[in-house]
Amino acid sequence: MGQTLRVTVNGEGRSDEVEPRLLLVHYLRETCGLTGTHVGCDTSQCGACTVLLDGAAVKSCNMLALQADGAEITTIEGLAPEGGLHPLQTAFWENHGLQCGYCTPGFIMAAAALLAENHDPSDEEIGRGLEGNLCRCTGYVNIRKAVKAAAQAMREGAAAPIGG
Amino acid sequence: MAVTQLIGARVQRREDPRLITGHGRFIEDHTLPGLTHLAVVRSPHPHALILGIDTTAARALPGVLAVLTAADFHKVLSGSMPVTPAFAPEKKYVPERFPIAEREVCFQGEPVAVVVANDRYLAADAADLVHVTYEPLPAVVDPEGAMSPGSPLVHTDGPDNIGWDMTYAGGDIDAAFSRAEVVVKERIIQQRLAPTAMETRGVMASYSPYSEDLSLWLSSQNPHFIRLFVSGAMGIPESRVRVVSPDVGGGFGSKISPYPEDYLVPAASKLLGRPVRWIETRTESVMTTIHGRGQVFTAEAAALRDGTLLGLRLTQVLDLGAYHGTFGAFQACACLMSGGVYRWEAISARTVGVLTNKVPTDPYRGAGRPEGTHLCERMVDRMADELGMDPAELRRKNFAREFPFVNNFGLTYDSGNYDGTLDRALELSDYQGWRQRQAAAREEGKLVGIGLSTWVEICGFGPSAATAGATGGIALVESAQIRFLPSGSVAAYVGTHAHGQGHDTTFSQLVAETLGVPLEAVDLRHGDTAEGPAFGYGTYGSRSLSVGGMALYTASQEILAKARKLAAHLLEASPDDLEFTAGAFTVRGNPQAKKTIQEVALASYGGNLPAGMEQGLEAVSHFDPPNFVWPFGAHVCVVEVDRETGAVEILSYTGVDDCGNVINPMIVEGQVQGGIAQSIAQALFEEVVYDGASGQLVTGTMLDYLVPTMNELPTPKLDRTVTPSPTNALGVKGIGEAGTIAASAAVINAVCEALRPLGIHHVDMPASPDRLWRLMQEAGR
Amino acid sequence: MIPAAFQYSKAGSVREAVAQLREAGPEAKVIAGGQSLIPLLRLRLSQPSHLVDVNGVRELDYVHPEGDLLRVGAMTRHSTLVRSELVQRHLPLLAEMAAQVGDPQIRARGTLGGVFAHADAAGDYPTLAVMLDATIVTDRRRVAARDFFQHLFTTALAEDELVCEVVFPMAPGPHRYIKFRRRLYDWAIVGAAVQKMDSGWRVGLTHVGPTAVRAAAVESRLQAGATFPEAAGAAADGLEPPSDVRASADYRRHLAQVLTRRALEQAA
Repeated sequence: MGQTLRVTVNGEGRSDEVEPRLLLVHYLRETCGLTGTHVGCDTSQCGACTVLLDGAAVKSCNMLALQADGAEITTIEGLAPEGGLHPLQTAFWENHGLQCGYCTPGFIMAAAALLAENHDPSDEEIGRGLEGNLCRCTGYVNIRKAVKAAAQAMREGAAAPIGG
Repeated sequence: MAVTQLIGARVQRREDPRLITGHGRFIEDHTLPGLTHLAVVRSPHPHALILGIDTTAARALPGVLAVLTAADFHKVLSGSMPVTPAFAPEKKYVPERFPIAEREVCFQGEPVAVVVANDRYLAADAADLVHVTYEPLPAVVDPEGAMSPGSPLVHTDGPDNIGWDMTYAGGDIDAAFSRAEVVVKERIIQQRLAPTAMETRGVMASYSPYSEDLSLWLSSQNPHFIRLFVSGAMGIPESRVRVVSPDVGGGFGSKISPYPEDYLVPAASKLLGRPVRWIETRTESVMTTIHGRGQVFTAEAAALRDGTLLGLRLTQVLDLGAYHGTFGAFQACACLMSGGVYRWEAISARTVGVLTNKVPTDPYRGAGRPEGTHLCERMVDRMADELGMDPAELRRKNFAREFPFVNNFGLTYDSGNYDGTLDRALELSDYQGWRQRQAAAREEGKLVGIGLSTWVEICGFGPSAATAGATGGIALVESAQIRFLPSGSVAAYVGTHAHGQGHDTTFSQLVAETLGVPLEAVDLRHGDTAEGPAFGYGTYGSRSLSVGGMALYTASQEILAKARKLAAHLLEASPDDLEFTAGAFTVRGNPQAKKTIQEVALASYGGNLPAGMEQGLEAVSHFDPPNFVWPFGAHVCVVEVDRETGAVEILSYTGVDDCGNVINPMIVEGQVQGGIAQSIAQALFEEVVYDGASGQLVTGTMLDYLVPTMNELPTPKLDRTVTPSPTNALGVKGIGEAGTIAASAAVINAVCEALRPLGIHHVDMPASPDRLWRLMQEAGR
Repeated sequence: MIPAAFQYSKAGSVREAVAQLREAGPEAKVIAGGQSLIPLLRLRLSQPSHLVDVNGVRELDYVHPEGDLLRVGAMTRHSTLVRSELVQRHLPLLAEMAAQVGDPQIRARGTLGGVFAHADAAGDYPTLAVMLDATIVTDRRRVAARDFFQHLFTTALAEDELVCEVVFPMAPGPHRYIKFRRRLYDWAIVGAAVQKMDSGWRVGLTHVGPTAVRAAAVESRLQAGATFPEAAGAAADGLEPPSDVRASADYRRHLAQVLTRRALEQAA
């Protein structure tokens, strides 16, 4: 029953036979071995599974893998060049934007999409941009701070371009 | 301990590089060759008899390896899941609990069968094909109703539904009330909450029939306890069970107690001879992972007209769920802490644990202390309202000021400065300014309220004398092991297990500072029972630093003692003549005569040792704290309630806390921010709802269980005062639960004050718009 | 959670989609953005035999002004509606609503047509369609919005019928949508939409019944010169809202009035 999925993941072209019901998140985690993308709910509320699909943030547990056919996907592992850090990653680190770290890849990917469109988001715009992601540890204070810091770093040109 | 180079520094977290790049290793990221996947068939009924289980269709599905029921598991599991005695109540009924139901299901989601398949998707399909025939029984939903003699039974073979019923007497309560000039009464509900760690639970097990040993990976706050429980139930020597808890995506208390799956997955591995993994779905999690709170309090407080508090009489009805949570009775500490930061003549607190046909309740961030604080702070506000006093003044009038302070139940608060945190909080929040703005807003008909919460917590569990009896024999002390390797690098093991608290960083700071080695030289390890001391006690109850950190500290001191002897031998001096600073021993008066601790470490593995000294430089230490620790603080919340819709907007939130000395202020602030958010979530958003008639869970997904997003939460203004604990050498207390203990009372006090002009005295949680609208409607009639 | 197995085919055109639906039989379903459908699949509340994926039907991704009408293709995603200058110019209320659907990730995938076919009582666009007398164009016919939404999750669509386009009247005038909810990204507990047209105010309500409601009594009071508060007082007339864990029916009736008044005041 498998159908062919052709997709580019973190710059690497792939072709895999997948079952139609395979969720994109399971394709990324189990077929591609990219376990940085997490599953936190069944109903698309938590955003832990957020990846970039042709540059837009999407919830990979709320898509069939086959729906990504032909697309370019960026996961947290592919956001920065191997061994380097994206300004968002640096900012989350410097601003204590994470505690347990489970929601963090989803937040960083959603924030990457936000900053690609809005280089200087206000507090409210950050809230709207990240409304689809839940964090249980931080109270969000340092996540907001980290996104602002990353935006500033990227504006100041110290930054690599957004992945994906 | 003074702030030195590393202690007190905002060191960036060492655990972050892997977590921000997607290289954390959570339970679902673990696999094994030949891994099989387990799915659980769960009862859709809150209460029913199992008449039959037809597994034919499920077994027939290609790729399904087994369908197992209670009869199968009895071959490899024995005994009842553990329940700590906690205290010796006047009455106690503890139903037996096997990890999988056999004859009767007593809560919705209770396991009835499991399916093991080659593929996770197939396992889910097969679980749907297991056909269970039930005879539904009446569901007991309301704990207060469950106490009445005519109530249906939660367990058909139980004597009644009363898990325990006991009264803590702290002074002569009748005498206190007999002098009362003012008495206020209230009924205060603590709704059930779902802890909702972002990572759900998960278990992977591999049993080897050849070496007869078991490896178990699971998302846990205390792997050593799981090893103890599972080895016992499976009859495997504890030394042949290895439990690894890898990166844990949050716990908040929900990953302390053992769960049915913690037994069923390894048992299935033993039955099948294959590695088995089960990952909880969110829907399973809301239904079957422990809930927190779930208590109804009735309380009355007595005072003199001048505001002198006299007595507090209360009853806590605690919704246990269908079985006692392993540490569920701990939540009765709400009673012991109900007096808060105040001097009372007497407190009498009755606690009744009541069984219901719901998932068990167990400790959830704060566990009893948020409930005690909320109750106390609400009653003090009710009293202030009744007396027409400013709530800050009433608090001040009754603060405990002499430390150590012994409360009505004989608990000794180590140190405190309640005026200090309150003063700073009032200043930082601009309390007086808000009072003026509130008056102006009320003139315009706006509903603005200011709420205070002056809180204290008992944490740092705990002294062996107090905890060994409560847990059934194992004192909640903590262990640590530190070893220098010949190259001078330091491996430090601790029995706590961080799951977001940043111990890799703070504990490394502590060890590096104490031993005088660079931070990079220290490797902090935890979460694997195969390494480090024999037993660890886990991370919960804001205990890790004040107990586990102290164990590291005392192990460091042992290392230094031995190193001093060896250094003296190497320098041909007397140990008493050596000074240890900045990681090196020098001979007093001769700074050229110097050995760094890393040089001493290398020498310790050599041949030139003092007579009688063994090779190596390592130490295992257990720290048994002489007392609990008692952090405290003052929070101020300002809200406006929309008179038309009942929506609450937080206009300002301020928290000033005191957790003694601080190792890493950045992490302390993060803990407080997160704790406040979780408590605001209780005050305004979250509630697990069961249908009152059917007992069916209504808020079964994250769509209906309202964990707030960034947009619903304020950015609190924070500050600290520092009042060290006199009971440990580091002078530290705990901070993990502080925000959660403090905030709900501040928010609800503010909401109640906002609604006071309408004649509303009390609001239960969550203070949702529809609830407030209904109250306003009733008040207007 | 894991969806039950299904067959899957991709359609590249409306004709292909309809042919595939017809061939797959009555248990087949269309998947567009899938943002409401996939959670239902995962919870196994929906177990279709076959999914026809219409994401490749590019011909349905458009916003076309035509005379005094705005034609919006069914495969237009929420994020496109938010950004579309044509929508901003000709029917800004649609953009305002689109910006409040779900969250950015949902908006990147979810489609206008999906919202219509799914017919959730809390859906936002149906309110706009009903209050503005929009027309739903399918592969075979045109259906007035008021006839399209029949009940909760129930539309006039046949099993093999595909929503292709929604035709709205242009309405650049004063407007406002207030979506009352506990969390920013939640579905509406109640929503109130108002739009000033040349002919007068149009008023619609979300999640106060099994389908979107046009608040005709409010409109006629406004027509008769009533003040906003007076007019909004009629917003609950004839409503039979649901009672659920979020809100009681009484509270929804109350909100309908408050939000309608506020929307009128803010729009004007």
